[in-house]
Amino acid sequence: MNSRQVNALLKRTGFWLLITVILIYALFPFYYAVITSLKPSSELFRVDFWLTSLDFSNYAQILTERSFVRAIANSILVSVSVVFIALLLGITASYALGRVRFRGRSTVLLVILGVSMFPQVAVLSGLFEVIRALNLYNNPAGLILSYTIFTLPFTVWVLTTFMRQLPMELEEAAIMDGATPWVTITRVFLPLMWPAMATTGLLAFIAAWNEFLFALTFTLSDSQRTVPVAIALISGGSQHELPWGPIMAASVTVTVPLVVLVMIFQKRIVSGLTAGAVKG
Amino acid sequence: MASVTLHKINKVFGHDHIIEDVDLDIGDGEFVVFVGPSGCGKSTLLRLTAGLESITDGKLCIGEQVVNDLPPRERGVGMVFQSYALYPHMTVYENMAFGLKLAKAANETIDERVMATARILQLEDLLHRKPKELSGGQRQRVAMGRAMAREPRILLFDEPLSNLDASLRVQMRNEIARLHQRLGSTVIYVTHDQVEAMTLADKIVVLRNGHVEQVGSPQELYQRPATKFVAGFIGSPTMNFMPADLLSGNSEGCQVRVPGLGVLALPQDVSHLTEGDRLSLGVRPEHLRLKEAHGDNAFDIVNVEYLGNEVYVYLEPKAGDTLLVHRTDAPSHWQVGQSVALVQDQDHVHLFDGNDNALTCHGQRQAA
Repeated sequence: MNSRQVNALLKRTGFWLLITVILIYALFPFYYAVITSLKPSSELFRVDFWLTSLDFSNYAQILTERSFVRAIANSILVSVSVVFIALLLGITASYALGRVRFRGRSTVLLVILGVSMFPQVAVLSGLFEVIRALNLYNNPAGLILSYTIFTLPFTVWVLTTFMRQLPMELEEAAIMDGATPWVTITRVFLPLMWPAMATTGLLAFIAAWNEFLFALTFTLSDSQRTVPVAIALISGGSQHELPWGPIMAASVTVTVPLVVLVMIFQKRIVSGLTAGAVKG
Repeated sequence: MASVTLHKINKVFGHDHIIEDVDLDIGDGEFVVFVGPSGCGKSTLLRLTAGLESITDGKLCIGEQVVNDLPPRERGVGMVFQSYALYPHMTVYENMAFGLKLAKAANETIDERVMATARILQLEDLLHRKPKELSGGQRQRVAMGRAMAREPRILLFDEPLSNLDASLRVQMRNEIARLHQRLGSTVIYVTHDQVEAMTLADKIVVLRNGHVEQVGSPQELYQRPATKFVAGFIGSPTMNFMPADLLSGNSEGCQVRVPGLGVLALPQDVSHLTEGDRLSLGVRPEHLRLKEAHGDNAFDIVNVEYLGNEVYVYLEPKAGDTLLVHRTDAPSHWQVGQSVALVQDQDHVHLFDGNDNALTCHGQRQAA
């Protein structure tokens, strides 16, 4: 082996070593949560790095608990609504901001971006008053409203950027064919914007699904809670016992849908649907 | 099918006056080409006709109808874009049917029209393909099919061939010409390529800085350019220009001195000019004739381009002014380094005054 081959081998080994480190760093907590959730409570505090038992009692416990199942349903309702509303408003707003020339367009875009710069805590009390005034306290609609406020800036920005990249002539062709702006958006732009919509929709979904602070503040009863709060409030037999088994089981249960969603949409995110629109 | 009339059309973007007082009559079934250098306003004029831009001032009629304030779909125009702008997620069939669907045509009508259009453009085998599965020429045809499927009164083309390679461009040019002969529709076609303009047009409109420089048939524009700009723009290689001094003359003819050529007697009417005026003499490369010579009036041959069927000979005056081009059939005996003089020829000579307007012969009407 000459020195060049040795060099190449070292580089390859180093590369894969780095990948391994990153993978362990990223995946180990989740992996440990899965392992823990599959242990009976008696073995909880023995440290094992490999799967030692397949005990589904933790899962059975949380899934038979009515308030937790209710929380999952609430989370699905809230997250799906947020994604739907954010995409609808985002697409229409991005058409206006990306395609229609009007005075103060960039100011509007900057203001929209500015909204997302406030930390959640800063607007918490103000938003609380708004939600009380709208009579949405302890109601999933209150969460949908507040999540949409925080998701929209990002959605609008990404979709506006994407909308601007679509060739101008495509819109003009639609105008020549007699399309109204609404028809242009729904029949011409929407099919081309799937990758952008999948990305932003997915991120909006994840943000809404995992959100804790608003969910804790704006809900009161078990029946209105979302999953993150419900997990945090899982309690053990006594004040001094933290039921790690059920908590881990619940965490794994609510993470799996996200993983599945990402896997479904990753192809959409990558695919460039605009190929062939213009000369290629 | 319909005629188009532009009356004092103006377009202003902010402080820029893009189109200035354009008057134009386009007859029913005519193939009109807007040509000019980039930034001359030819595309803007087309887009004003299409309805993609608003008209600042003036009157635009299609047929008998004033269409200034009508949206594109109500004007009855179809447009072919430079980048084709096909809907990438739709098949060829859907692309062509889209406009008809939006017009709420019955399904049978849509099918009938799309199939008929596809037959004319030989797209029948491609109807279920997506644009990305098509070649450049096929996409071009689909773009035309989409514009034609709604049976517009006027077809608009915005530099439709500039995205194609040279050989395909010639082929598509031919197809467009034949299509027009068969359908007889009114066509407005924008290009910066004077060869496309010459080969396709019934009528060429030369635009410059937002105004019409000259309107006429290809022959008129080539043989009797109204201005020095048109003379230089139409024809390849471009016309040779030489400075000339007016010695004497009246409405019947004149005498001019051209450095390198001597004194010429020309038939142009110069009654409105005074002796000593600076003029410009224009000679097409094929009308420039050479003879072997030496002396003060001689030119050096600095380059000879052989094109197979013809030869371009480039001459540099001793005085060191702009190059002249002589075109002749191949083979040619001229060689680089030879010294030559120009042969006087008063029949094929154009004369332009100080404002670059062509001087005409007595009794001959100016084209524009």
